[in-house]
Amino acid sequence: MGSNNRLVIVEDMTIYNALDQKNQLVAALDAADGLELDLSQVAEIDSAGLQLLILAKREAARLDKQMSIVAHSPVVRQTLDFCNLAAFFGDPVVITAHEQH
Amino acid sequence: MDELTSVFIQEGREQLQAMESGLLELEQQPDNQDNINGIFRAAHTVKGASGVIECHFIEGFMHKVENVLDRLRNSDIQVSSDLTGLLLRCCDHLGRLMDVLESGAAEPEAEIKAAGDALLEELVAYTTPAAPVSGGSVVEAQADVEASGGGVVNTDSWHISVRFGPHMMRGGMDPLSFIRFLASLGEIIALETIPDAMPEAAEMDPESCYLGFEIRLQTRASKAEIEQVFDFCRDDCELRILPPNSKLSEYLKLIKELPEDDMRLGEMLLRCGALTQAELDEALSSQQRGRLPDPAGDSEAEALPIGEILVDQKVVQKEVVEAAVSKQTQVSEKKAVEARLIRVQADKLDQLIDLVGELVIAGASANLLAQRSGQSELVESTSILSRLVENIRDSALQLRMVQIGETFNRFNRVVRDASRELGKEIDLVITGAETELDKSVVEKIGDPLMHLVRNSMDHGIEKPDVREARGKSRHGRLELNAYHDSGSIVIEVVDDGGGLPREKILQKAIDKGLVQPTQQLSDQEIINLIWEPGFSTAEQVTNISGRGVGMDVVRRNIQSLRGSCEVSSTEGVGTTFTIRLPLTLAIIDGFLVGVGKSAYVIPLDMVIECIELTDMSADRDFLNLRGEVLPFVRLRDMFEIGGDRPARENIVVVQFAGQKAGIVVDQLMGEFQTVIKPLSTIFRHLRGIGGSTILGTGEVALILDVQALVQRNVRQEERDMNANNALPRSTAAN
Repeated sequence: MGSNNRLVIVEDMTIYNALDQKNQLVAALDAADGLELDLSQVAEIDSAGLQLLILAKREAARLDKQMSIVAHSPVVRQTLDFCNLAAFFGDPVVITAHEQH
Repeated sequence: MDELTSVFIQEGREQLQAMESGLLELEQQPDNQDNINGIFRAAHTVKGASGVIECHFIEGFMHKVENVLDRLRNSDIQVSSDLTGLLLRCCDHLGRLMDVLESGAAEPEAEIKAAGDALLEELVAYTTPAAPVSGGSVVEAQADVEASGGGVVNTDSWHISVRFGPHMMRGGMDPLSFIRFLASLGEIIALETIPDAMPEAAEMDPESCYLGFEIRLQTRASKAEIEQVFDFCRDDCELRILPPNSKLSEYLKLIKELPEDDMRLGEMLLRCGALTQAELDEALSSQQRGRLPDPAGDSEAEALPIGEILVDQKVVQKEVVEAAVSKQTQVSEKKAVEARLIRVQADKLDQLIDLVGELVIAGASANLLAQRSGQSELVESTSILSRLVENIRDSALQLRMVQIGETFNRFNRVVRDASRELGKEIDLVITGAETELDKSVVEKIGDPLMHLVRNSMDHGIEKPDVREARGKSRHGRLELNAYHDSGSIVIEVVDDGGGLPREKILQKAIDKGLVQPTQQLSDQEIINLIWEPGFSTAEQVTNISGRGVGMDVVRRNIQSLRGSCEVSSTEGVGTTFTIRLPLTLAIIDGFLVGVGKSAYVIPLDMVIECIELTDMSADRDFLNLRGEVLPFVRLRDMFEIGGDRPARENIVVVQFAGQKAGIVVDQLMGEFQTVIKPLSTIFRHLRGIGGSTILGTGEVALILDVQALVQRNVRQEERDMNANNALPRSTAAN
């Protein structure tokens, strides 16, 4: 214990992968004091994926652990923005210049 | 198979067809946004419905297809012929998956699965990399809310409160996509995600949906339009919509009705700018003192009664109630649209038409009796009755009529695919798609037509280079025409290809021993050889046609529908196949004639005129009709009816397929509604008789097969001419 666990999710965070990813997330959270999620390669996220992220964040708060998303793919960032959850997760978000327009 | 599944298959196939025709149109007009939306909707409906019946292999496949379509819709990717080709193949695959479902198998076979996976592989190229979805305004709005911290209130927006049911996502629907679609109606000023329904990690089922949203939406759309966004999932979500400028009490009610904790919700409303802190405090405390009537239930149906109570208490704006009423009207209107079309079993219709047939016969009998009785009042009432019966007959037959367009449209795809495969450029031109004919005929005409179309594409139309060398445009032209002509429907398959090679056909026929080398044949006779069984002149057998098993089967299929088919062709210019079919198979307007003691019916649509047969032409088989030669047959001689000729004979002039002929009869008895009773199979080979019917007196009358009579006439003529004149001549075309 002590160090943060880093989890890179490469598959789509959709309902098709939701069951596996939930187990993955919960296990990763259990294994360490904190969890760093790298979502930079997530090409697609739907409501099921969003729910999982919320679940992980809430679970982390309950267990008094840290959970942060350290890298967003554009799709993830947009979905979080759209749902007005950026503040809920409280992670710094990198918006590239050309996307800002 | 349960009812739900069979409904899904039926409706799924309709959606599939819509998708396919949409995609074909997309190739022609890549910029038509309505069309793209239509395709997307069709795919989405199939996906959603397959989720409902828990058919996961279709759902999973359509989900990927839908993703690509969604990107197409958002203009993230461009229409290309590769993409439409791929999507069309996906449609084909979906059709196969539906076959699997229909056959009752739980999973598709490995082969089909592999094909599907291969398609998905190709689709992936269009889904990654994910480009940003349009949503700049949303990001801005969110920043605004964060900064405001509950201070700014926007009262001129709709407030939409939605809680999605747990089975949403398993049903193949993504709650977020509804919210995104909502954004297309206007601007989402603020949005709060409510995940409170989600249990702790141990109990949380990642495939259930626990999400809810509070949304402030600024839009010019009506409440009904907002509700329509959620149409697909109305049964599976709780939806509450407050119009702009709603009173505080509305929000209070909302807070009370929703499952989440009151304070938590109040905070949410605060954050998305629906209420101010002061308002919220006041509302919650006033709630402690004088309670509003407890809402009886959460369902939308309760909206009106609650609304009335609240209006009585003068706490609700009229607008709210109007919104509720308009919603209810909307629902009933929707039902009315659904009721405009009903599905009826085809055999029920057949039964109805049988009954109408009996009614016509019984009516004729009553009519006859009334006339014999001489009571004018009775005659009058039966004549009204028979007019009504006639109307009923027409409407009943109309029920079975369908437009041929649907059958024709299938060929768009066939022509597209085949022309690619063959390396030809072929345009399909369809005219007369709105021509109607009997449903049973439409069903059976598809296969023969397919044969003819493939033949024309494969053997008829030349390769672009050959066409150019022959001085034609590179684009071949294939026409499908349909029109009504004297009681029958005519379907033409016309191509502007090379035409039928006469010499080759003749040579082939001689090789096969169908004709003797010494035999003299007219051009038309040579062309007609293609109808012989096992005849093919194609040098190479392609997988599109050329096996030579086609044309005789085509002809037999068409003849079994009491129709006929002809071919005319000019070498180097093109070929035309003409199919003639009777309009209906059940009841026709007939013209009753008598010969001796027997009565015969001639289909009225084919009768042109009646003239008296004068003595001078009595011994010939033709007469001069206003300068034209009119051949005729004497029914008395043909059917060998005994008795003497009456003093006056009449000729009924009939026309079929442009050929005129006369039929000599004793008496003309007038129009007669004819219910066609088929002859038993013993009489199948009887020439010149198409069926029988029952007269009002109970006697049987035979229906003349005018087509057979006319053709017999023509053939007779041809034989006579060939006997007299050894030179080959073209006569049949006249």
